[in-house]
Amino acid sequence: MKLSQIVKALEAKVLTGDDLLEKDIETCGASDLMSDILAGLSEGSILLTGLTTIQVIRTAMVAGVGAVVFVRGKTPPQEVIDLAQEQELPLISSPYSMFVSSGRLHACNLTGLDGRR
Amino acid sequence: MTAFNKSYYINSRDFIRAGEVSIKIQTLLKSLNFDAQLVRRVAICGYEGEMNVVMHGGDGALSFGIFNDKLVMEISDDGPGIVDIEKAMQAGFSTASDAHREMGFGAGMGLANMKKNADDIIVESEKGQGTCIRMVFFIDKGDKVD
Repeated sequence: MKLSQIVKALEAKVLTGDDLLEKDIETCGASDLMSDILAGLSEGSILLTGLTTIQVIRTAMVAGVGAVVFVRGKTPPQEVIDLAQEQELPLISSPYSMFVSSGRLHACNLTGLDGRR
Repeated sequence: MTAFNKSYYINSRDFIRAGEVSIKIQTLLKSLNFDAQLVRRVAICGYEGEMNVVMHGGDGALSFGIFNDKLVMEISDDGPGIVDIEKAMQAGFSTASDAHREMGFGAGMGLANMKKNADDIIVESEKGQGTCIRMVFFIDKGDKVD
């Protein structure tokens, strides 16, 4: 599905990457542990997380994540948004919890990082 | 023949800049048109190693070389060393502090991820003597497009 559809499904606001919302996203990961993100097949995926550190962006870059969703309405500091903008990594913020966000995206037929549903 | 060889300083406990070296190497390999999966594997190993130095080590260095048939990465530090290397390689084992865990680290997957993604890995460490991790990534014929 398109990232723009994910934004709608999660009733999210776009923090950076307005021009990248036509990205295709097929898989989803949800984690607050950096190494778990790296252990999964995260390339091109959407990552749901409650962490708002700059390390989330660097981990996402290393893993090849397609976009990052901050759950529970969280918004990272400006320097985090700036790095993501520089790296053309879309960041969005959803008011929903990680559980509800995951459920909503599962209902949209996204698969897990291991390809399972 | 070495096509590229460079060392980068890792400033321990600088969490703001932690990971920058690995991103630089990732960017370099992408610009040289290396296979995306190979780049990803190298970047993951570099990042996990770099983060380990920042979290646990004293000052450290990451050296990276591009050879005709392989990429070689060595991450070394003068930190406290690893007491039990075999245990440290086990997925889930971590000595991360509470502060590190709050930042999303301490899953205990660092060395396990490095072992999974490197074609060859050697870990040398002793308590009080620092740590040196050397990894090799073989370049298959299809990995580089000139």
